[in-house]
Amino acid sequence: MKDRISQPVIEAKGLNLVFQTADGPVQALKDVNLTINQGDFVSFIGPSGCGKTTFLRAIAALEQPTSGTLTVNGMSPDEARRKRAYGYVFQAAGLYPWRTIAGNIKLPLEIMGFSKTEQEERTERVLELVELKGFGKKFPWQLSGGMQQRASIARALAFDADILLMDEPFGALDEIVRDRLNEETLKLWARTGKTIGFVTHSIPEAVYLSTKIVVMSPRPGRITDLIDSPLPKERPLDIRDSRDFIEIAHRVREGLRAGHHDE
Amino acid sequence: MSVLILALVVWLVLWALNVWLAGSALARKGVGKALVPLIFGVAILVLWEGLVRGLEVSFVILPPPSLIAAKIASSLPVLWQDAAQTILKGAIPGFLIGCGAGVLVAILIDRSPFLQRGLLPIGNFVAALPIVGLAPILVMWFGFDWQSKAAVVVAMVFFPMLVNTVAGLQASERMQRDLMATWGASYLQTLVKLRLPAAMPFIFNGLKIASTLALIGAIVAEFFGSPTYGMGFRISTEVGRLGLDMVWAEIAVAALAGSVLYGIVSLIERWVTFWHPSQRH
Repeated sequence: MKDRISQPVIEAKGLNLVFQTADGPVQALKDVNLTINQGDFVSFIGPSGCGKTTFLRAIAALEQPTSGTLTVNGMSPDEARRKRAYGYVFQAAGLYPWRTIAGNIKLPLEIMGFSKTEQEERTERVLELVELKGFGKKFPWQLSGGMQQRASIARALAFDADILLMDEPFGALDEIVRDRLNEETLKLWARTGKTIGFVTHSIPEAVYLSTKIVVMSPRPGRITDLIDSPLPKERPLDIRDSRDFIEIAHRVREGLRAGHHDE
Repeated sequence: MSVLILALVVWLVLWALNVWLAGSALARKGVGKALVPLIFGVAILVLWEGLVRGLEVSFVILPPPSLIAAKIASSLPVLWQDAAQTILKGAIPGFLIGCGAGVLVAILIDRSPFLQRGLLPIGNFVAALPIVGLAPILVMWFGFDWQSKAAVVVAMVFFPMLVNTVAGLQASERMQRDLMATWGASYLQTLVKLRLPAAMPFIFNGLKIASTLALIGAIVAEFFGSPTYGMGFRISTEVGRLGLDMVWAEIAVAALAGSVLYGIVSLIERWVTFWHPSQRH
């Protein structure tokens, strides 16, 4: 187990990504170097335009890097995508309204060719994992925003990808629901041992969840600070009042401010 | 004169009844909902009958509804033969072929930017051809029987179906397509499991437009040559013989058939796109 943990899963070396827009080229990522190990919970934090979402999308092969190397499990992101290496959770739940919650969770399983019985089993299991047991027959528009987002997490978990990529998954939810889901996300991470990449705007969220915090700044999008969290793996909500927590949060804030100054 | 006054009185009474019904709680329940338009329809028929008889309007200009009803009752076999020829053989096969082709070509167009530039303008061009010009040519090509009528209907319904389906195929959200990509879905899987279901509200829009166009196309095409039966044939020959009651009888049948066709499409739509905000209850 020990050597598995130190194993690099995602490696970026000298990564650049330039978007061609109507106003000319925009450097979304500049010289990004980052290694994410097996079982890490990595948060990407920074103002809009800093490339945090672009980096996550590049890992998922939804964007093509312009130069540099990016490998996922030693493969190119596109090969990893075709091997179904990751589950992706977007800012909005993106559930298909014509399918029930269970039907939505089964969708990736149908596409990947799981047997009918296995589809049922897995759906039951992940619904329980996100505490939506008994809601499988509901349609998405019959559930609250928080429940929809949990269903979308269940969908990303259903096919047991090693890597979970989450792009501001709780950004549109209110503070109370967000706290609950943060706690649940940590529990889920502890139970499954997945590698998680998590994009957020919120400093407390980043510090509370992560083992590694990547602070980024915009124009061009780049990494300005990389913080390995000293917080223990077990994290009750009130850890946010501890000295360690406040110190890390302070460092993140400083990093964000520094990135803002040297524009 | 007394007929006229009686009709006006009945009309006013029914009007008042409807005003009262629409305001009462009854109108929101099942029976009440159907009752209001029914009473409205009856009121119009009574007024029509009274005006035509009271003012002694020539029956060639406007026959009273009672006369039309009598004509319908006495010529049911003819009306049925005409409807079977025009609707069952002309309109419906044309509707199915035209709509099916519209959806298929839309999928091809969506797949290939080359076809998008080539086929969409041609579709546009065909849609711009006037139906009264196209119909006689298609009658020359496909003969007097129902095949030429179906061909006219195909030409009429193809384009609205094509445009609506092309728009519908763009209707899925980027995030939903990205999700499909992260799951490693193939083109066909994305089409069947995401893009076609997302396109359904647009497709049904096209089908509803096509359902009314189909009937018009099948009837008008018969003006340019047909066997000695069919709704369009009957209308054009009876007008020549001043048999206006028969013309109105055919119009009534056409209106009824059009409503039924539209209703069937709407029912299927409600069943297929139950998830769309416009259909949720």
